[in-house]
Order: sequence, then C-alpha cells, then structure tokens
Amino acid sequence: MKTVEEIKAAIEAAVPGAGVEILPNASPSAQHSLLVNPAHAIAIAKFLRDDAELALDFLSNVTGVDWLDKEIVEKVKVPRQVSKTVDGVEQIVEETVEETRKHVEPGYLEAVYHLFSMKKKHGPVVIRMRTANRTDKVELPSLTPVWRSGEFQEREVFDLYGIVFTGHPDLRRLLMWPEFKDHPMRKDYVEPDDFEYEPTAHDKVLERAKAHKDREQGTGNREQAGGTR
Amino acid sequence: MKTETTPGYAVEQATQVEGWNRPPVVHPDGEGELLEVSMGPHHPSTHGVFRMDVALDGERVVKLKPVFGYLHRNHEQIAESASYLAMMPYTDRLDYFCSLSNNWAYALAVEKLVGQAVPERAEYIRVILAEFTRVQNHASAIGFLIQEMGASGTPLMYAFREREKILDLFESLTGSRMMCNYMRFGGCRVDVTAAWLEAARKVAAGLPQFVDEFEALLTGNEILMARCQGVGVLKPELAVNAGITGPMLRASGVNYDIRKVDHYGIYDRFKFRVPLGDHGDIYDRYMVRVLEMRESIGILNQALKEIPAGPVMDPKAKIRGFKPKPGEVYGRIEAPKGELGFYLISTGGAEPYRYRVRPPSLINLTVLEDLCLGQNVADVILIFGSVDIVLGEVDR
Repeated sequence: MKTVEEIKAAIEAAVPGAGVEILPNASPSAQHSLLVNPAHAIAIAKFLRDDAELALDFLSNVTGVDWLDKEIVEKVKVPRQVSKTVDGVEQIVEETVEETRKHVEPGYLEAVYHLFSMKKKHGPVVIRMRTANRTDKVELPSLTPVWRSGEFQEREVFDLYGIVFTGHPDLRRLLMWPEFKDHPMRKDYVEPDDFEYEPTAHDKVLERAKAHKDREQGTGNREQAGGTR
Repeated sequence: MKTETTPGYAVEQATQVEGWNRPPVVHPDGEGELLEVSMGPHHPSTHGVFRMDVALDGERVVKLKPVFGYLHRNHEQIAESASYLAMMPYTDRLDYFCSLSNNWAYALAVEKLVGQAVPERAEYIRVILAEFTRVQNHASAIGFLIQEMGASGTPLMYAFREREKILDLFESLTGSRMMCNYMRFGGCRVDVTAAWLEAARKVAAGLPQFVDEFEALLTGNEILMARCQGVGVLKPELAVNAGITGPMLRASGVNYDIRKVDHYGIYDRFKFRVPLGDHGDIYDRYMVRVLEMRESIGILNQALKEIPAGPVMDPKAKIRGFKPKPGEVYGRIEAPKGELGFYLISTGGAEPYRYRVRPPSLINLTVLEDLCLGQNVADVILIFGSVDIVLGEVDR
C-alpha cells in the first residue's frame, strides 16, 4: 500500500487545491491520518474510492471527536517602565517583568473516517475533517452519498456530537430520542437532574387539584379539620 | 358537588409529542392508505428491544425504518471516565453472546496502541476461545433464525445444548458463562490447565457430529428452502458500499475475512478456508454460517494440538499506572457477527480521551430496508434474523 505521503500527493494531483495535511500519529500503531478540507471532501472521497490503485471501497468506521477550547498560559518576559524610589528620589526605571498571558485556542469537532479496501485488501487510511468551531459552525459534508455505510454512523455522530452532515439523506437522531436537546458525548456535557422529565397530562391534573384546594381553603373547612391534604 | 367537564387534556398533550398524529402514509398510486405497523420493540423476534416502522401495502413492505436506542447506555461515555483496564468487563456487555471476541478486539486495540507483545501460549488460548465463541454464536444464530421461521424449539434447543457445553468450558476457565472478562493487555488472566484442554478437546471432537446432525435436520429441509431461497437478496456491490461485514458479506460472495486479511494474532499459522455464498439470500447466509462452523472446528483442532507451554501473560506488561503515550489506534478483529473494531485516542492520561466501538451489528442493519422492500411482512422477520444482531452492541 502507498504511504500517507504518496496518498497525499495522489490526492493533490487529482483534486486541484485539495490542501491535504498529514497528522502524524506518535503511537506504535503509526496510523497517520490525513486532514481534509471540508470544501473538497466529496471530491477527495470519490477519488479515494474510485482510484484503481487505492480502491478504498470500504468505509469501516466513522466517528466524532470533541476537542475543547484550550486555554494556553504562557509566561512572557516583557520590558516595562516602573517607577521606583531610589535614594529618596522617584525615578522611572526600565525592567524586565515576567508576565503571564492567556489566550484561548478555539476548539472544534472532528469527524474521523477509517477506510479499507476490500478489493486490494489493504488499509486503514484515516481521513479527518474539522468544523470551524464547536457552537454554530458545525456543518461538514456527509460522505454517505459516496459510502453508504456512513448512513447510521453519521447519524450517530450527529446525535452524540452535534456535527451536522450536509447532504445526508436522513439526518435524525439515532440513539437518543427525537425530543432530546443536547449532545451527550461532548466533553462539556452536563447530565440533567431528571432524565425522565417531560410535560405529562399529570401536570394538568395537579394544576386543577391546586385550584380546588384553594377554593376549599377559602371556606376554612379544611383548615379546621386539622389541615389534612 | 358539581362535577366539572373533563377537558381533553390527555389528547391535547399527546398530540403535542412529535410523531403522534402524523398524516397517514398515502399509497404511491394515490388510492387509499398504507397500513403502518410498528414491529417491536417488544416483539419476541427482535432479539431484544428493536423497533421497525413498517408501511405495508397489503402484505408487501413499502417502507421500513429501524428505530434504535432502547438499550442505549452511552458505553463510550462511560469509557472516557474509566481507566483502560476497567473497560474490559464492560466490553463483555456489548455483544453478550461473544464476550471473548469483544475482549480480544479491545485487548488487541490497546496492545497496538502501546506496542505490547503477547506470549505464544496466550495467542493460542485466544484463538481457541474465539473459535469456540464463533461456533456457539453461529449455532444459536441459526437456531433463532429457524425458530422465527416457526420451527418451534427443536433446532434452537439442539444449538443451545451444544452452546451449553462450550459455555461450561468458558465458566470453568473464566468463572462466568457469558461475562467472561478474561483477556488482559499482554495476555490472558489465568492459564488453562491440562484438564481444561482435555475437556476442550472432547467438546471440539463432539462438534462435527453436532453440525452433521444440524445439517441433516435443516439443510435439505423443504420448508427452509422455500422460505429462504431467493428472499432478502443482497448484491455484493451494495454489501461492500454499505460496509457489511462478516458472514453476511461473504454470503454475497465477497471474499473478505479479517483473519485472512490482517493475520492478527497467529491466524496465519492455521489452515482454513473462507466459505463464500453465491446468491446472497437468507439460505446462503445460513449455509455460510454452517460452513464457518466446520472451518472453526478445524482451527480448534489445530490449535488444541499445537498449543505450546509457557507464560500466558507478558511479564513486562504494565498493569498499574497504565498510561499510554499520546496517539491513536484502530484495531479490529473478525468477530462472529462481522468486523468489530475499537478506535482509541490517548492524550497521555489514564483514561482514553476517545473510545469508539465499531459495532458490526449496527452497521449490518444499514441495508435492512433494501433487503425488505417488496418482500412479504412475514419475511421481514426472517431477513432480520439472518442479519444476526445483538442489541447490546447495536445500541451500546
């Protein structure tokens, strides 16, 4: 099988302006991945599937990964003018002061695809796509039109991570129920206190019962009878 | 006391829930309505809690949408807050028919992540256990399939009789019939004894007779042939594109067995063939499973004969303070139901940052609608049974 560098070169030759980046994997498995620009993802996927030498006809695994916003704290030495009292006289002195600076590296959601070839019996080739952020720009192109096996798996990623796959034929929640609001596999997900809560007919009954109770309390009968409810 | 008129709150509330009062599905010809049937989740043939929203035109299936999630417990989320080793018993609960295969897939992925070697004897034990698992899974899958066809009891009980013998072996080795929790990163938890190996040889020697008996009962059976042949045909092109794996893929004639492709473990040492189907119908899926049982028995006999002495756990394997270096891995095996894979990302901590199970049962259901369209509603049960799923793995 071709190495990742060769696959990168092949993609860039076939899809102009594809802009593929190699993400090295430090573990002994050495399964390096290719970061793909979402704008060219469909063209790249079709090339990978139909290329005679690669023939990656089998999309085995689709999954999402959530990378949170990273707060990076750096200590920087900054020259600064400080007023100091030297020998009773106030002077302005130049000093290097150590200062901590914080900046936030924005997080993103990532979709990871593991491709194999059933024809050539090789693999895996790992391709990744990243969303612009974690909140509102979470669209990625769906690869289900290229490989049907993404159908349920992309639905699962949409359900649990909230990546919206544009072009998916039937993008609904897969495992959680349709009324569920959040995405439970996100790293900052907070469990609700009551999973089962939903408005039921019972609430209306309680409301009506409360109205009855107030009316009867107005007569004072119930209070005198020992306040039983 | 004056009674108030009861407002229709129950109806009012119910209609607010999405999907309760959908407009009826109109017949494609524009005449009349289709009958919508919700098959499951409590239907006995759904192998657990699984629902299919089916639209019927008379007896014919026009639409079928599977509904998942009744057994969802967010297995992957649990893994991200537990240590690597602590997830081993949880993997038993994925496909609870084949807990030892699940153990192996997970152990294999973690071993690939850290570059851990496995001693020879442990590799042999893994092969023996995985092949026993395959035999009992295929036997009971066929048993359930025939049960759903209406052959009440007999074939299923034949399969379960054999399955119990194998589960007894598992129990005497691991302490549990189904939730085995046996494999570790770098080997196996306990060594097999000479007495256990002798018992395993005895069970393996009895298996060909069981398969013969099973086949004499079923393979040439007229009803089975009438119900299964030409029903639920899966074309090889669709099977490959939809990521179908395992016996279902091979019944469509695609030669892809991960034991042969990846040679994980020590599978390159064993002589076995990969049975392939020709038509891709239910009958071929049944037949491929029977033939795979025979090949598994062959592997078992070789492994039980050749198993060497030695340790079952790599003495250098790290157990306490197990923290893989940052990196990621996708490890997969040929589980009885298809390709079972684990995708792990480590960021250097004691817990995986990302832990993903590639469930063969879920992905093999991708084509369920394609197989069922145009078939009779009674055949839906058979087609579904021939996919061979376990809901613990589908919903995770």
